[in-house]
Amino acid sequence: MIHARGLGRNFGTKRVLRDLDLDVRERDLLVVTGPNGSGKSTLLALCAGLLAPTAGELEVDAERGRVGYLAHEPLVYRELTALENLDLYGRLYRVLERRERIGMLLERFDLWEARHERVSAFSRGMQQRLALCRTLLHDPDLLLLDEPYAGLDEAGATLLDAELGALAGKRTLLVATHEPERLAPLATGRLALA
Amino acid sequence: MNYLADVGALARKDLRLELRSRDTILSMTLFVVATLVVFSFSLPAGAGEEAAYGLLWVAILFTAILGLTRAFAAEREQRVLDGLVLAPCDRSAIWLGKAIAVFAFLALAEVVALPAFALFFEPVSWEVVAAVVLADLGLAAVGTLLAAMAAASRARELLLPLLLLPLAIPIVVGGVGASISDDPGRFLGFLALYDLIFAILSWASFEYVVTE
Repeated sequence: MIHARGLGRNFGTKRVLRDLDLDVRERDLLVVTGPNGSGKSTLLALCAGLLAPTAGELEVDAERGRVGYLAHEPLVYRELTALENLDLYGRLYRVLERRERIGMLLERFDLWEARHERVSAFSRGMQQRLALCRTLLHDPDLLLLDEPYAGLDEAGATLLDAELGALAGKRTLLVATHEPERLAPLATGRLALA
Repeated sequence: MNYLADVGALARKDLRLELRSRDTILSMTLFVVATLVVFSFSLPAGAGEEAAYGLLWVAILFTAILGLTRAFAAEREQRVLDGLVLAPCDRSAIWLGKAIAVFAFLALAEVVALPAFALFFEPVSWEVVAAVVLADLGLAAVGTLLAAMAAASRARELLLPLLLLPLAIPIVVGGVGASISDDPGRFLGFLALYDLIFAILSWASFEYVVTE
């Protein structure tokens, strides 16, 4: 599903990724690790199509609307409620039975009671849960998750474990994380960036 | 139909955000009224209607810049534009939804500005109102595109006026002409043509502005 050859990305004179070869098959779960600044987020942004490579080739076999991208920021409007944000994304992603799907995700990530609250009033963990709801809303074929455990308390992390467990083997996942041991039972491969 | 539904959802979102914060409309309205008050004191007695209308169009242009610098503030804050760009909708829908919201904010500011102008300077004719509406359409169209470009830059407050002012000169020429000319129809037609050309250009090029 993802094939990269000699992939590189510079920001000005700073070389963040260089000469990366990568093959991710359908339904793989690849864990991407590495220290801060090693290019994990850049790799995910490249795969999402948000950045263009400055060297090499990258082929991602997924349509734009079939990619779920979890970034460092939740990519939601702070002055809209959780429900309004998900409704907007649901419309833009043409989610069938949108209201039911949104309700199910909000329940699953324990945000149903807070659905009418503005995101600006959310804690960091709640924002991350909402970001996960947004990422999963359209049931994507390819999931690009950048530090999905960031900000989550133990209950939230357990919810995410269960969600990833249900997706593993059915969807293709690239997960950049500093906690690779959490995903070790599910991972089909590991990419360590230096 | 999907395209119009996307545009509607995006424009409603912007109007809802503004109804909650009232940041943009309030600052635009206060700015344009304050500018007209200052102009009313700075214009020499007997300067004539030509000078007064010139100042009106300067005030409208700078008010538009003020509003446009905030146009993508909510998207910039949490990189929401990345989320919108990844959606399978036509990316020009993002531009059109935003341009509709910008037009609404400009129109609301001028609902206050034109009576204020009439109070301090000259009565406002229908030609002036028509010119302002057409100018707002042009400013919203081209300004939204440039605001998206500037939003990605750290120097956005400087970049937006630098990009917009040269492109807005035809709007000022058309607006002043429609306000003072004996043949305002010619200038209104010129403004309409400007709107059409720049709306098409902005609509077609937005995709390249928000992607690498």
